[in-house]
This record gives sequence, C-alpha cells and structure tokens, in this order.
Amino acid sequence: MCSYIVEKTALIGSAKGRKGWMRIDTANVYFDHPYVLAIDFTNEGEGGRDRVAIELSADSARALVERILAALASGEAAHAEPETEPTSAAIAMSC
Amino acid sequence: MSHYRGLQAEPVVFRGYDGDQGDAYYAKPIGSGTSVRRTSAPAKCPGIVVIHHLPGWDEWITEVVRKFAHHGYAAISPHLYFREGSDSPDDVGARVRAAGGVADAQVLGDVAGAMAYLRAQPNASGKIGVIGFCSGGRHTYLAACTLSGIDAAVDCWGGNVIVDNPKDLNAKRPVAPIDVTEKLNCPLLGIFGNDDANPTADQVNRTEAVLKRFNKTYEFYRYDGAGHAFFNIYRDAYRPEQALDGWKKVFAFLHRYLAASTASIAAE
Repeated sequence: MCSYIVEKTALIGSAKGRKGWMRIDTANVYFDHPYVLAIDFTNEGEGGRDRVAIELSADSARALVERILAALASGEAAHAEPETEPTSAAIAMSC
Repeated sequence: MSHYRGLQAEPVVFRGYDGDQGDAYYAKPIGSGTSVRRTSAPAKCPGIVVIHHLPGWDEWITEVVRKFAHHGYAAISPHLYFREGSDSPDDVGARVRAAGGVADAQVLGDVAGAMAYLRAQPNASGKIGVIGFCSGGRHTYLAACTLSGIDAAVDCWGGNVIVDNPKDLNAKRPVAPIDVTEKLNCPLLGIFGNDDANPTADQVNRTEAVLKRFNKTYEFYRYDGAGHAFFNIYRDAYRPEQALDGWKKVFAFLHRYLAASTASIAAE
C-alpha cells in the first residue's frame, strides 16, 4: 500500500546516475507493501534533488540483503590478518 | 450520462493554497455525445476534482482525468507537488515521499483552488465532486468534511483516515480525518479492496460505523481479491474485473448526485 513510512539511513558512498558519478549521503528505503521495495540514494547535503533509484520485489530485496552481508563476511574473512604466536625476540622486546 | 469521444485535454495553471500558481491537468468533453438528443457538447458540465495518489501526478492520473471528460464531466487534477519543481513526476514524488508527504492544509487549499477553477469555466453546471486515490482518498474524505461546495465525494482506498497511533499525527497531518466525520457535508462513496493493508478491512468497518453513527449519506463497496490501488493499470495491484465494477459504481454515484440535475439543464 502507499504509505508515508520511509526508513532513512545516512551513509558514505557514491552512485552513478544520469549525470555520472555523484556522492551520496542518504538512502531512503520505502516498502510499497506488498509489491515493491524502493531505495533512493541521494545527497541530502546538496539538496537531494538528484537520486539513483532502484525498485525490487520484496523477495529480491531480502535476497540482496543476504548477498550483501555474505559478501562483506567473505571479504573480511579473506583479508583478515593471520594470527601468529609471538616469537622469542618479540617477548624479549616487550619486557 | 452520455459518453463523448471528443474531448479537450491540456495542462492549465490554477491558483492554489496561499495563492500559489501551479500546474493542473484539465479535460472537458467536446463534440457529440452518444445520446440522440445531443448534437453538440453539453452546455453545462458537472465538475470533478481528481486528487492524485502518493506516488504523484503521473500518467495514470491524466488518463483518469480524460476518462471523466469521456463521461461528460469537466475534470481537473491539480499537481499537489508542483512546489517541488518540474522534474519527472516519479522523481518529484520520491522527494515528497522522503519528506513525509505534503501538509493537509496545503492540499485542501489546492483542492479549493481547483474547485474555483472549475466554477470559473463557462461550462460549469454548479455541481462539483471530488475523487481521490490512495492518499488522495484520504484527502477527499478530509475535504468533504472541511471544504464547502462539494456535492459528492469518492474515497478510493484512502489509508490513514483512521489513525490508531496518535504518534502518527504530526504538523503536516495534525488531524485524523475520522475525527471530523461529523462535519461531512456531502454524500460519500468508498471503494476498497479487502486485501488492502492500509486501510485494512477492519479500519473500513470502523469508518463505516462512524458514518452510521452520524447518519451520513454514504455507500461503501469492498472487493475480494483486490488490495490497494486495484484500479491502476500500471501497477501489479491492478484487478480488471474488480476495477470495471468499481468504475461503474463511481459513475453511477456521481451521476446521481452531480449529473442528474445537469441533464435537465442541458435538455432545456
């Protein structure tokens, strides 16, 4: 249904719209129940007149959330510093 | 009511809330009607203000305005978001949505201005109706309780007529329309889908109970298998069978309260 309920979040990022890349500082998330999950990426700090917009089905939106979280988890795991035992020299230097 | 295959439709300028000049879409019948008695456009037409839905002043609303002209009405749809600029309707609608919508006082002023536009036309019969869809349905309910000079009102699935959480009231929408029902001053038609989540079937029941309590003239039609916006051919919610019947109800209602007396004027 149409509603005035919009979930907002501040964010740091960029989006490519009609005029090329733009800085974005806000995502407005709106669920037109039960059909469409809409996300508008805008720069509220510059007036919010331009937006990069997407519309997804509810199931697609949930699937996307899962993939985003999975990608973040994989990336963090792949780039985590390996854990190492302290060397004798390191222990000696810390005393 | 005759059907007119000829019509004139164009953007116009109207004077709305606070005297602001804004865009509206206006259509009226021209040429011959289907009635054998008529050989020219009706001398007088009932007027209808079409209040657009939350997503904005879009192609579907312009089609609705032309539909009313086809049915013999002079119809106008004011662009309630004209103050937001001249970008595409969906971009403007998105900005208004993100800002929490437009203020009721402003909408009512724009609707009153659109009514004044209709009255100023040479073809005005003196009868005016208001119809709204979605948030426009809520605005219609509010207008019918607040503005004078409305002869019939049609609320198509207007949500938030009932406000269960007082925290949902704010500076833009300070009053729940249900709370001013006692002041409803014209017959009201309501069209609802039983699968709608806003308004729910329970909220429609409660609205009807209030209308009964105040002995208001109303008709409610509820459709199974239909949710929100089921007249709108551009949305997944479109339900052709229910929409066709709903439009019949709309035109029968408006003919009874707006056009019956107009027919006697045109026949003179």
